[in-house]
Amino acid sequence: MSTATPGDTAGRHDELPPVPSGSLVELLTAERPSPPGPVSASLAFGWRSMLKIKHIPEQLADVTVLPVMLVLMFTYLFGGALAGSPREYIQYLLPGVLVMSVVMTTMYTGIAINNDIDKGVLDRFRMLPIWRPSTLVGHLLGDVLRYSIASSVMLAVGLLIGFRPEGGVPGVVAGVLLLLVFAFAFSWVGTMFGLLVRDERTVIGASMTVIFPLNFLSDIFVDPQTMPDWLQKLVHNNPITHVASAVRGLMEGRSPGADVAWTLGWSAVLIVVFGSVTMKLYQRK
Amino acid sequence: MTDRTVPDPAVQAVGLVKTFGAHRAVDGVDLTVRQGTVYGVLGPNGAGKTTTVRMLAGLLRPDGGEARIFGHDVVREADAVRRRVGLTGQYASLDQDLTGMENLVLLGRLSGHPKKGARDRAVQLLRTFGLAEAAGRQVKTYSGGMRRRLDIGASLLNAPDLLFLDEPTTGLDPRSRNQVWEMIRVIVAQGKTVLLTTQYLDEVDRLASRIAVIDKGRVIAEGTKGELKASVGAGAVHLRLRDTVRRTEAEQVLALTLGAEVQREPDPLALTARIDNGDGDGGAGAGDGGAAGRASRALAELARRGITVDSFSLGQPSLDEVFLALTDRRAGPASVGSGHGPGQGIEKERAT
Repeated sequence: MSTATPGDTAGRHDELPPVPSGSLVELLTAERPSPPGPVSASLAFGWRSMLKIKHIPEQLADVTVLPVMLVLMFTYLFGGALAGSPREYIQYLLPGVLVMSVVMTTMYTGIAINNDIDKGVLDRFRMLPIWRPSTLVGHLLGDVLRYSIASSVMLAVGLLIGFRPEGGVPGVVAGVLLLLVFAFAFSWVGTMFGLLVRDERTVIGASMTVIFPLNFLSDIFVDPQTMPDWLQKLVHNNPITHVASAVRGLMEGRSPGADVAWTLGWSAVLIVVFGSVTMKLYQRK
Repeated sequence: MTDRTVPDPAVQAVGLVKTFGAHRAVDGVDLTVRQGTVYGVLGPNGAGKTTTVRMLAGLLRPDGGEARIFGHDVVREADAVRRRVGLTGQYASLDQDLTGMENLVLLGRLSGHPKKGARDRAVQLLRTFGLAEAAGRQVKTYSGGMRRRLDIGASLLNAPDLLFLDEPTTGLDPRSRNQVWEMIRVIVAQGKTVLLTTQYLDEVDRLASRIAVIDKGRVIAEGTKGELKASVGAGAVHLRLRDTVRRTEAEQVLALTLGAEVQREPDPLALTARIDNGDGDGGAGAGDGGAAGRASRALAELARRGITVDSFSLGQPSLDEVFLALTDRRAGPASVGSGHGPGQGIEKERAT
């Protein structure tokens, strides 16, 4: 509890000049501004997330390399067997893999928050007179950027290897936007884990336990028609199926009203349930 | 802002309790800190200092008791409290991935400064703290001293009225320590209040006007430095004679004039007499005229009898002694001087 971190033992020479008391006094007697509103606080935290991406660009590998691998792997591995050819399969697969990768990326929100707790940064934020959820909302804003990057990269690769969405640009954009809404809502699950468990590894473990079955027990890879009855029931009630169907429908240029409604409904439920649990945990930390 | 009548104490805690599982980390702590003072919370590792500070700063909810900061309840009026306090923890709680500048701009914006204002203030702060050159570097490349400075600077962004410094000098070299002390003096000179926790006795001795000694989650002593020292005795007279021949006589003189018990040191030339607070003097403690008066009478008497004294010192008990006396009676003053390191060294010297 009271041990100094290794970096703190000032064995290194830091030739810091003494702090001039005049300018210190100036700082101390400065006028105290009134606290920021919820929006500006959240935006400030969003700006922090952007800076993180700027300083640690390698983090973007998680949202670019893996998704591209998934697209290529599944397209060429299953394409021939499932749809006759990879080119035909990718028309069905790509929107689903998009959903899958972005949902997997939500895990990183939890990891980032867990790191903040670990490093004591969260304490500093909690000392500020700001709207409490803004720290988390700011994280999520940064993540939306991450999700957008992942989506763009995958779409670009998809287009290169033959993905031709019938819905054109409006359909694709609508699909991505819907996915971003869902991902923002789903991130609160990861955020909850980030606050709940002790270390980063457990966050990953817990998140994967949720994300993995959700992704595979859906209609992302195959049409559920060939599945046994009980499994079909499961698949059709999986939120990921609704999201994937909605995104696919939008990109194919259909108007999948029901699936879009389901997706938005699930998003609302996720925010209400996991958002409030997360905030409870956050207050208690 | 301040009430014209009696100002609220900066900190008022009554019966604070925090348990972690079966462990009572803080077990009924009472503290009152007057505005515009430095208050020292002294205690060993794991005494409950950090937990207490975290509760006072509103980061941790107390399991029992209550705390008010400038009259505001830390739980129910957390936002009002946050607006007026700053906290610097034991380890720098800044984003290591961002630069010093970015950290301060972020915290400035979160304190309510507009973008431009946050930038200006960050620049001013970095310049003040001698970090202007490192402004564009990621914090993880900073040395311990630099991080601590940036951390203290970050706590000043909202010009707090009360600053919690949780072991602000732990792990710093003596030079950086002195600089932190100097900063604290400047801060308090502006009418701000500082609550300082530390394991170092000389730190509270130099800075704090009141001290709470805390051990195992409880306040075991509280008062001014003088009061704490007086509780252990007014001080000690150390003498070193020219020769050993008249040691016994010197001992008697001291015992008589000082009215105190005299101890023989392992060094045959040295004598120590512990001066208790006489009848009613002391209390105020520091610079106890009574003790000095009696000591000079003792010296005069020795001189009159022709006993040559080579060196003489009158010391207040150090806070070290106070601390040991309070936390562990066995290691208290009673056993001081019985075969410690230096004595043994001299013993050996004599044998050769």
